[in-house]
Amino acid sequence: MVDVKNISVDQIWNMLKDVPDPEVPVLTVQDLGIIRDIHLRDEVVEVVITPTYSGCPAMDMIAANIRLVLLENGFKNIQITTVLSPAWTTDWMSEEGKEKLKAYGIAPPNPRQQVCNNELFAAHEVVQCPRCNSYHTHRVSEFGSTACKALYQCDECSEPFDYFKCH
Amino acid sequence: MTSSLINYTLHLADNSLILGHRNSEWCGHGPILEQDIAITNISLDLIGQARNFYQYAARLANTNNNQGSEALPLAGFGEANEDSFAYFRNSEDFKNILLVELPKGDWAQTILRQFLFSCWQNLLFEKLSASNDQQIAAIATKSLKEIAYHLRWSSEWVIRLGDGTQESHMRMENAINELWSYTEEFFVPATYEMEMLNNGVGTDVSLLKAGWMQNVGKVFSEAGLTIPALTTIYTGGKEGRHTEHMHQLLIELQSVARAHPTATW
Repeated sequence: MVDVKNISVDQIWNMLKDVPDPEVPVLTVQDLGIIRDIHLRDEVVEVVITPTYSGCPAMDMIAANIRLVLLENGFKNIQITTVLSPAWTTDWMSEEGKEKLKAYGIAPPNPRQQVCNNELFAAHEVVQCPRCNSYHTHRVSEFGSTACKALYQCDECSEPFDYFKCH
Repeated sequence: MTSSLINYTLHLADNSLILGHRNSEWCGHGPILEQDIAITNISLDLIGQARNFYQYAARLANTNNNQGSEALPLAGFGEANEDSFAYFRNSEDFKNILLVELPKGDWAQTILRQFLFSCWQNLLFEKLSASNDQQIAAIATKSLKEIAYHLRWSSEWVIRLGDGTQESHMRMENAINELWSYTEEFFVPATYEMEMLNNGVGTDVSLLKAGWMQNVGKVFSEAGLTIPALTTIYTGGKEGRHTEHMHQLLIELQSVARAHPTATW
């Protein structure tokens, strides 16, 4: 429990730093950039979140987990607001988050400005194997086990792996 | 004005929901596991788009106290919400284009429909991302990122099947013959689309045709397929005049919600 009367917004950010993403539990929602803002006025805390994909089924659970942490810390008036604009991008993923993803076996998203290209007939982006670091990989499928991932395979070490799509 | 904006928002929502539902029928039946996952992922994106639009339509309906509006779901269910729009309207209240309600057909037909639709949705949402309605612009901008993947995936499949075996080529040709007459509806505006064009919320859909033909032509020529002549035109979905397939689709989509209207999780 904390003193909700004398708490700073920074302390609330810190309080929420371990809330995991339900589908990629190695990442926290802060690593993903899902929490956009926190407002505090008269003991009412408002957490502003944004979905990664329009149909991401994890959003309700993320909101519930955030609420739970705040309740445990003594907050009674909690508001979770969802915003769509500006649209979420993988550029908001923290460097720490990208390293955690790679260590977990998921190739982190390429930087959007450098590599990503969704134009018709654009060359496929080059994705590095999270296991052996080779760039000799090929895409098996544009869509993977969750909305945010694609399926790849390494041509060097044969490892099949998920790639967190740049978005 | 509000009633037209609600209708327009519902039109955008219904397109996505109904195509999302049709694609979801492949769940567990895809030709191979990866493509089963792909088509159901696309369903998820589409249903997510639909939810965003329905939530917005509900907010408009409730805040403007439009209780008598024909856009609202069946009376007696209290305030409008995303579920009441999806589960408690009848087929004549749905404003989706006819193309999306047609049966899923074979894999070629599913692929072709997704491609033709994504091609159009991409152009439409590019325009809507500059809409002077902030929420429609926000949903369109967010959805565009997902549509880029749908478009790329479906283009590659059109080429793979069109330029594949004799059998796959023939199936693509059959799919084109089956679906082409429904594509003109993309570009024929309904009354609410004209009103939304006039106040800067919507866009002139008839102007999207040139860009759409160009993109479709590019992929078709890569696939060895030909754009057919437009001999018959089927429209009416945007105004609530649907095919018989729509009733059957809704019976399945709405059956649980209607059997247990007060159920909660």
